Amino acid sequence: MINNIGKLLGRYLPKKGFVQVWRRHFLVWSKSAVTSLMGTLGEPFLYLLGMGYGLGRFVGEIENVDYLVYLTSGILAASSMNTATFEALYGGFTRMTRQNTFNAMLATPLRVVDVVAGEVAWGATKALISGIAIYLVGNILGSIPSPGAFLVLPVVFLSGVVFTSMALVVVAIAPNYDFFLYYFTLFTTPMFLFCGVFYPVDSLPQAVQLVANMLPLAHVVAIIRPLTIGLPLDDLFFHLSALCAYAALTFFIAVQLLKKRLIV
Amino acid sequence: MTAVVLAEGLKKEYPGHKAVDGIDFEIRQGECFGILGPNGAGKSTTLRMVIGLTDLDGGSLELFGQPMYPEHPTLAKKIGVVPQEDNLDPDLSVGENLLVYGRYFGLADREVKAKMDELLLFAQLEDRKDAMVRELSGGMMRRLMIARSLVASPDLIVLDEPTTGLDPQARHLIWQRLRALREKGVTLLLTTHYMEEAAQLCDRLLILNRGQILDQGSPTALISRHVEPEVVEVRGDGELEILQESSHLPGRVERVGDTTFFYSNDAHVILDFFRDRHDLTCLLRPANLEDVFLKLTGRELKD
Repeated sequence: MINNIGKLLGRYLPKKGFVQVWRRHFLVWSKSAVTSLMGTLGEPFLYLLGMGYGLGRFVGEIENVDYLVYLTSGILAASSMNTATFEALYGGFTRMTRQNTFNAMLATPLRVVDVVAGEVAWGATKALISGIAIYLVGNILGSIPSPGAFLVLPVVFLSGVVFTSMALVVVAIAPNYDFFLYYFTLFTTPMFLFCGVFYPVDSLPQAVQLVANMLPLAHVVAIIRPLTIGLPLDDLFFHLSALCAYAALTFFIAVQLLKKRLIV
Repeated sequence: MTAVVLAEGLKKEYPGHKAVDGIDFEIRQGECFGILGPNGAGKSTTLRMVIGLTDLDGGSLELFGQPMYPEHPTLAKKIGVVPQEDNLDPDLSVGENLLVYGRYFGLADREVKAKMDELLLFAQLEDRKDAMVRELSGGMMRRLMIARSLVASPDLIVLDEPTTGLDPQARHLIWQRLRALREKGVTLLLTTHYMEEAAQLCDRLLILNRGQILDQGSPTALISRHVEPEVVEVRGDGELEILQESSHLPGRVERVGDTTFFYSNDAHVILDFFRDRHDLTCLLRPANLEDVFLKLTGRELKD
């Protein structure tokens, strides 16, 4: 009985070979780490400077904190989403189609679930790299006041897991690169704008709030913001569970869809 | 002894066509087994089933005495795959390709590094270890893929059209490498649409057309079973009349495109007959697998 459950679970869970997929991506990344870091850091840094200082002058404070402080936590959350999403969509899709890397991996003892787990671990790692970079910049700018704020880093990693898994579902069904525009327009851009990155979700109409609060980025922001500012964490367990549920569900769907696409 | 590959009634259907339609074959330890057929015959689909990249729609398939199905890590560990398309890792160097691929098989870096020089030497890429994959020629890439397939010392190597798209020199080099493997006792399964390749490399082969087996056996057995030993190819302006004029000649006649093939046990009678026809080009050659294919399907193998 237990043996059978173990076997069944084994089919849906990655084996340790996924680490080798992650190591492959890390090796490739390490060859152009400097250029890649520029890209990872550049955009969030510009948002912080441009909006934090520019808009911040007019806004002053939101929820009793300086706007730059408020925005830094939002950008930490948003950048984990964007970094993971870009890596999975463009990196993952290129590896699946143009470079045939997934096919090469599947001709070895690796299974689809191992390849997907390697992608997810890598997407989350890149989210973490960008999180660390923003964390350092925020500390230099003085916009991460809480001494316990380093605890955002595991949250950033979890956020990376969620958004890589979600994006891999898109990769699995995408006919070409243009298809990603639907995903950006329908999912990531709305989350970027409505999930509390730039202003509190409460300021939106009731109906919009309801939807926005269910989206994964809102849960990420809800954990990261109090951690960076040093406020008490409300509903931590709820937000973490929601993120884990998003991750598990989309991971499973991505694996099933990619199996259909790659094993034909 | 257990067969390396045992396929019975193998079937694969895609919407609108039967890619593989009930084929049986057995591959024995240490032999080079070929699947010969034109494009679209079902060769690649058959290979994909053997390596677990396609699920069967019917029949049974065993590798090393165990049922084979997609995502079977223990069997996958015993197989080296050389695909038709280039799937080397373009972001990595030649040496890194071998290292990273070995890791996918669960090998430790030192194990791969210990084999690295031998593999590079085998692929004749010993001075290219640090080159990026995109700097390699087509033949070098194919050799690297063969070396890569050897990284985990497989018991079976599966190659999908290993020389398609290569120039003759590069092709001969690949053949030489594959023969070297066969001499070491590695079991090889390859597909090809070059009859010369099949004849040069394969101990046994099956001829596949539209998902079905036309026949299987050793190249010489197939030739002697189906065609006369000698062939005269006749080509030229007056070829329309050739058939009428030559109807009394012994043997069998086939016409493909602008060429007429006379199959015979004694080709000299035919050559003598055309001796004074200087408007025609006559060529005497021994029968080959191409002729077998032509007889079995009524069309040429070249696609």
